[in-house]
Amino acid sequence: MGIWSCIGTTLDEVRDALYQGKSGIIFSQERKDAGFRSALVGNVPKVDLKAYVPRNLRNFMPEEAQYGYIATKQALDNAGIDEDYLNTHEVGIIYGNDSVAEATMNSLDKFRQANSTVACGSGAIFQSMNSNITMNLACLFKLRGINLTASAACASGSQSIGLAAMLISQGLQDCVVCGGAEENNMYGIASFDGIQAFSIRESEPEKASRPFDAGRDGLVPSGGGATIVLESYEHAVKRGANIIAEIVSWGFSGNGDHISTPNVAGPARSLELCLRNGGIDPKQIGYINAHATSTVIGDRREAQAIAQLFGERTVPVTSTKSQTGHEMWMAGASELIYSTLMMKNGFIAGNINFENPDEETACINVVPETKETHFDMFLSNSFGFGGTNSTLIVKNI
Amino acid sequence: MTREEIIAEINAELAEEFEIDEAAITPDAPIYQTLELDSLSLVDLIGIVQTKYGVLISKAELPTIKTFAQLYDYIEQHQK
Repeated sequence: MGIWSCIGTTLDEVRDALYQGKSGIIFSQERKDAGFRSALVGNVPKVDLKAYVPRNLRNFMPEEAQYGYIATKQALDNAGIDEDYLNTHEVGIIYGNDSVAEATMNSLDKFRQANSTVACGSGAIFQSMNSNITMNLACLFKLRGINLTASAACASGSQSIGLAAMLISQGLQDCVVCGGAEENNMYGIASFDGIQAFSIRESEPEKASRPFDAGRDGLVPSGGGATIVLESYEHAVKRGANIIAEIVSWGFSGNGDHISTPNVAGPARSLELCLRNGGIDPKQIGYINAHATSTVIGDRREAQAIAQLFGERTVPVTSTKSQTGHEMWMAGASELIYSTLMMKNGFIAGNINFENPDEETACINVVPETKETHFDMFLSNSFGFGGTNSTLIVKNI
Repeated sequence: MTREEIIAEINAELAEEFEIDEAAITPDAPIYQTLELDSLSLVDLIGIVQTKYGVLISKAELPTIKTFAQLYDYIEQHQK
């Protein structure tokens, strides 16, 4: 696993931040001055890749590819996979991404200013494609297996892991790098701010993201990169890998409904399929990492879907977005890492800022403060615009 | 612009864009090796010259520019 987020840029930092209930959210004067309704954002450090990637190759990498690179480098290092291994084995990549706003804007601004396509620069065509992360990482890390970008809105990261797990279970790949990354500049989400989906609790940035709480008023955007190295059990054992956890099953569904307003039936079918695919009884799940982004309707619908499958106020539920904000294309992957860190270290990170549920979120058991506890299996939800739903179940090893 | 002004400006711009020490840019130094140009990053050199001086280096004339001195000559002769 590898992570670059607003609550830490190493697994140890992130584990500690989760345990301590640290918020990664800040107020951005730059966004306010630019005309944002909500200037709240995850405080993700910029990546400096000069020491790792030469200029001519870095020139193809927009912000999200840089986050993807640094998270993937960490993940491969942690997995004990080096250059020699990658040169002699067929490793694939499936990565979640769903925007290329800043890079596209910059190159087209230059084009329009100079009335010349040459002015776009040599990296622009690569930077402005949605598959920029997989194309860059495959070339830089010499990945010669499946090479695919999963674009499924805020379920992109989760879908990438589900797809990779499916290819591996089918015997089509032994090892796949998967995850998700999200550009964290203001251009990527300016139009999202425009539809008034963000929290405006600007006077208290750390309290703005409050999934399931009655006082929630919208999400807080964030970004970064999160990578997981997924491989078959036999492959991992054969190369002497430090096996962290197992993907037990993947469930997915489409709402076939409204583009932005979620329903209960779609997410419920994703949860149900995931449980059924893994042959898992709900009682086996020790923790649910919810998708809940801190929006009024979305949190309600997810709470109802969970209660429908698990019964009312049973399994412990939190949304780590209370600390990180919404990492969107990256979220499904980062939240799998957050949950795995909790499982491996014996705690559930509290859903910070949860004070009181509203009438419709009261049906689930939200854990408000960090709780030391042991669990061996968790479920992670990711839902996105267009009604794309993805659920993963992960088991401790 | 005078030749001296062009040299000062373009050297600084190229050093920043291609992340090299400006001291490595001398009149007789080979452009391709010094800037580590390949078929794609060559486009960035052409783009800088066009954006800064309104000079589009033609494909036919590109092979004649091998040193920085030849680049300065080209810009000086074609600038608008």
